[in-house]
Amino acid sequence: MSVLLEVEGLEVSFDTPDGQVTAVNGVDFKVQAGETLGIVGESGSGKSQLVLAIMGLLAENGKSKGSARFKGEELMGMTQRQLNSVRGKDIAMIFQDPMTSLNPFLTIERQMTEVAMHHQRMAHREARAHAVEMLRAVRIPDPEERIDQYPHEFSGGMRQRVMIAMGLLCAPALLIADEPSTALDVTVQAQITRLLGELRQKSQMAIILITHDLAVVADICDHLIVMYAGQVVESGTVDDIFYDPQHPYTRGLLDSVPRLDRPADTELHAIRGNPPNLLALPEGCVFRDRCDFAQDVCHFTPPLWRNSRGRSSRCILGLPGGEVVMPTQLSAPEAGARAKKEVGA
Amino acid sequence: MSEPVLRVQDLTVHFSSDTGSLLQRRKRVLKAVDGVSFDLFAGETLGIVGESGSGKSTLARAILGLAKPNRGRVLWMGEDLTRLDAEELRLKRKEIQIVFQDPVASLNPRMTAGAIISEPLKTFYPHMEQLQIEERTRGMMKVVGLLPNQINRYPHEFSGGQCQRIGIARSLVLNPRLLICDEPVSALDVSIQAQIINLLRDLQKKLGLALIFIAHDLSVVKHISDRVMVVYMGRSMELAQKSALYRRPLHPYTNALMKSVPVPDPRLARKLRQDLWIKGDMPSPFNPPKGCVFHSRCPYVVKRCQLDVPALRRLEQGDWVACHRAEELDLSVGLAAVSA
Repeated sequence: MSVLLEVEGLEVSFDTPDGQVTAVNGVDFKVQAGETLGIVGESGSGKSQLVLAIMGLLAENGKSKGSARFKGEELMGMTQRQLNSVRGKDIAMIFQDPMTSLNPFLTIERQMTEVAMHHQRMAHREARAHAVEMLRAVRIPDPEERIDQYPHEFSGGMRQRVMIAMGLLCAPALLIADEPSTALDVTVQAQITRLLGELRQKSQMAIILITHDLAVVADICDHLIVMYAGQVVESGTVDDIFYDPQHPYTRGLLDSVPRLDRPADTELHAIRGNPPNLLALPEGCVFRDRCDFAQDVCHFTPPLWRNSRGRSSRCILGLPGGEVVMPTQLSAPEAGARAKKEVGA
Repeated sequence: MSEPVLRVQDLTVHFSSDTGSLLQRRKRVLKAVDGVSFDLFAGETLGIVGESGSGKSTLARAILGLAKPNRGRVLWMGEDLTRLDAEELRLKRKEIQIVFQDPVASLNPRMTAGAIISEPLKTFYPHMEQLQIEERTRGMMKVVGLLPNQINRYPHEFSGGQCQRIGIARSLVLNPRLLICDEPVSALDVSIQAQIINLLRDLQKKLGLALIFIAHDLSVVKHISDRVMVVYMGRSMELAQKSALYRRPLHPYTNALMKSVPVPDPRLARKLRQDLWIKGDMPSPFNPPKGCVFHSRCPYVVKRCQLDVPALRRLEQGDWVACHRAEELDLSVGLAAVSA
């Protein structure tokens, strides 16, 4: 398998009136051709900003650093013009809210043919036939007629199907889906997830699926990365993460999902505390304040472990069969001093 | 069994909208809630589950008198709330309170947490002393897991989960006997959802509240409800004891909702995704299907479902269902795979 997308040391920060906020803090990952990667994290974990940075779509006050190579070509620092030849053609993106990501003034036909006509220089008639084909592929009933309708004439689930069809028009090598089913009802959510699962089996397309709910990605991802406060805290295969979670945050996240297959009278496990404030992150381990296993040594930046299968965890608890890639570090002198004092006491 | 505290009988809320050209005005009627009935007992939690557009929020608003019912009765301790005038209804709000879905939007950004939580006290007890109000507010903050020293902070200084705690404190400060929670956790992160569900569960036990918990997802209500009502297009499809409903759903729609819940277990999820239990999207509420409203999406549809509206009827074991084929369908097979 060849590496399609390779991201190294990616950082994203924003200048805000309250100071500089680091949304993504040194993220590395790879996507192989044809693979589905899930990126899991709660609001504020940086998962969306991460892919927006790769696509060159950050807000004006955002800055990115690091490297993101697509088929060996560096995306960071590309001009808008260069990016436009990649976006929509080689890498397509679908967004969370299907209501607001379609233009309400244009018919679906107009919005879909534009893509094929621009990137593949198709004639209008050919582009229309192609668009109808794609709508059929995502199971829009009567695509020949419905293509001439406006977005408001579609239900939420149908609009998300249209978004997916639009993303597939140029047969991209990589589809990035940012919470594609979060705004939808559970029944429709299940249909969309199933559709993505089928597309993944039929085509050679790689998919990056971003979500805040681990359960949603359980059956369609190959690999997962779990993000917290801008960092990857754990990564591995889907089976690794679900059946043998290592990082306390991943464990907590899995335990807090309400499940139908667990007895109802048990108390739900909740991760205590609140998501971190990015303006005032704790020193050392970012999850320390909410962690049941926190120790004094967690005031230092935790070590990063990796095993031979590429699995990683960023925690002092370690990783079975893993080696330390990055040792424990003093994050700041005062943090160290405080930790020493606590150890001494 | 004792008398129910709340009896909702044949509650119906219609909205009408004008369509068509200027010359040919047509009135279209949307049946948001269409003949819903249920009883709620003291200290009991009823979960109400349905997709968006199923009428579950309108139902909650109609119970509170925030939406005007076209038909039906809401009996609170034997008294029909739909017949009260505005002032009488206002006084009833001491006993019946609501927690809204969006924790941030339901708090006034220009009021402090303390002012928000104490506002109901000031409204209903204008002569209460400031010291007493403050004491009660701080006490309430402690009950919902906030720090009393956060009393002077503004909503934007709290996270989403904390804002929902403020909303809960505000609704409990008057010591209500019935609390209606309208999707209190859908806007929250997974790890925080669990905190709020646990909090509501504890409070319900401690205070002996009657609770109506509305959600769009069966897994969320599982941990908190005694009985569950499933609604679809304004109608009640099933009303059952929790233990029975999760073991063997009676209605195909309940089954579909159950199977749609994502399972955080890759192997099980792959297995569950194999069969189809629901088709398409919810039909337009302006033009609901004839016969059973669910027949257009039901995998078990027969001719009869397209002709006759199934009544909500009581089966032998005491649970209620609105499906012609409830006795012959065995929907427990699919669920066995989930609970295995």
